[in-house]
Amino acid sequence: MVTQRNAAERRHYQFRRATEQLAGVGMVLCAAVTVFFLLMILGYVVYHGASAIDWQFLTALPLPPGEPGGGIANALVGSVLVVACAILIAMPVGLGAAIFVNEFPSARLGRVVRFMAEVLTGVPSIVVGLFAYALVVRPMGSFSGLSGSIAYAFIMVPIILITSHEAFRLVPPSLREASLALGVPKWRTILGVVLPVSRKALLTGAVLAFSRALGEAAPMLFTAFGNPFWNLNLGKPIATVPMLIYTYATGPYDDWHRKAWAASFVLMIVVLVTSVMTRAFLRGQSDE
Amino acid sequence: MNNGGLQMKDERFVSDRENPENDDKSRPSKPEPSIAPEQLRLKVEGLNVYYGDFRAVTDIDLQIRTNKVTALIGPSGCGKSTFIRCLNRMHEVTPGGRVEGRVLLDGQDLYGPGVDPVDVRRRVGMVFQKPNVFPSMSIQDNVASGYKLNGVRDHKLIVEKVQKSLKGAALWDEVKDKLQQPGTSLSGGQQQRLCIARALAVDPEVLLMDEPCSALDPIATAKIEELIHELKDSVTIVIVTHNMQQAARVSDYTAFFYVGELVEFGETGTLFTTPQKRQTEDYITGRFG
Repeated sequence: MVTQRNAAERRHYQFRRATEQLAGVGMVLCAAVTVFFLLMILGYVVYHGASAIDWQFLTALPLPPGEPGGGIANALVGSVLVVACAILIAMPVGLGAAIFVNEFPSARLGRVVRFMAEVLTGVPSIVVGLFAYALVVRPMGSFSGLSGSIAYAFIMVPIILITSHEAFRLVPPSLREASLALGVPKWRTILGVVLPVSRKALLTGAVLAFSRALGEAAPMLFTAFGNPFWNLNLGKPIATVPMLIYTYATGPYDDWHRKAWAASFVLMIVVLVTSVMTRAFLRGQSDE
Repeated sequence: MNNGGLQMKDERFVSDRENPENDDKSRPSKPEPSIAPEQLRLKVEGLNVYYGDFRAVTDIDLQIRTNKVTALIGPSGCGKSTFIRCLNRMHEVTPGGRVEGRVLLDGQDLYGPGVDPVDVRRRVGMVFQKPNVFPSMSIQDNVASGYKLNGVRDHKLIVEKVQKSLKGAALWDEVKDKLQQPGTSLSGGQQQRLCIARALAVDPEVLLMDEPCSALDPIATAKIEELIHELKDSVTIVIVTHNMQQAARVSDYTAFFYVGELVEFGETGTLFTTPQKRQTEDYITGRFG
């Protein structure tokens, strides 16, 4: 009787152990698949892209198809310009909206705005591009870097709003009370206490929005359009890296395909360096 | 917030008290009526405090003397913390928070029309249960935050105030060599004294302390109590505590709250030795609460 029970228990124990090990293996596999695809993409881009990169590629203008050489300097500068301008538009709007949503929650409007932002993050970027086309390009009468910035800003605002709102929510109410109890008005409390305490998360949100926009080609199709020449004027069509990748990758020339890979590599490096630098900067900051 | 120009005592709420037959028992014993105006810092008249429709504090009349320590005692949930937050208009920061009645500071109604809660809070400082130093600021900036957050840039004034208030809060010797370190690098007791220094820096007339020692160990508590003794020369203190020994040690006057009402108020010695009300006696002898 006793041994019998022990045998049953042993079987049960072995079964539990096996299940647990199986589950463990399953989870490791899932993690491995995720990492594998990331590494695949990275490796593929590095393999095809890194070899085509040289100084000329980064500093020269594109040449007409068929001529060897040439680079993507105008698209690099154009991308940075358009995205930077988009951040300048999106940051105050997103931050201001987040402050509204968080600090004035008595209005049901706050929750509606937050919900709208969540919906907006799901809008396909091509639709955003079309919208910016209708809103800016049509009235202005031409494609322009500015319309591209506005399209990117549409993508950035909800990201910034949501990350900033989450950051504000983590600020302990006791800190707000401490400030108010010192006779500091609400708006100065927001600027002097809430923003500084959440500044790390705000910066992270901005970098996230920046990285997201930097790789988007679809919103540029009908807005910034592209431009084979130097252009620093946001009122004119302007080249951007993702747009260039799209054009080159769908083009008929092998040289273009190589350049598309190389440009993808450069884009990846820029995003990578930005996030690594942000992390390093944030780690350098003292308080929690 | 929803209370900008506050109406005076509303007869409706006075008349619909739930237990009218209990009234004379639960009425506060009136403190001696003849307090010279210069000795009377705060006068609370007919104060009712609400969270939405729930009335947390009922019909309080209380007089708080200048440069004395007044302790508010009572079991948890009796409304003492809610009450003290009405003395610097912090209650209305809570969503749904609403106040009716009058709180006179040197004869001026804090809830009167046109009174800005921001100005009230500059005159009536507050220290909270848990130390809440600003994590993004150094020790010095924390003490100076009442100035800096309000846009004062006068460096000389700030340095002077910081030194004076840190000395006032008995923290100067411990931090004078590390004023630029983050405020959060201090121990819990030091952080609470930093909060006291921060409140003192803006020269309030009244300092409200809402269970300032509840998060501290006995040694840090003793330091704060000692500090309260020193501070009352220059500032009127109202302290909430549910530690009766603490109330007995630090206060000159004690008010006993029970389920939102002021049961008894008097000199601390008298109240603890010869309480007039049965509830007070039961509470201070540890029969409940």
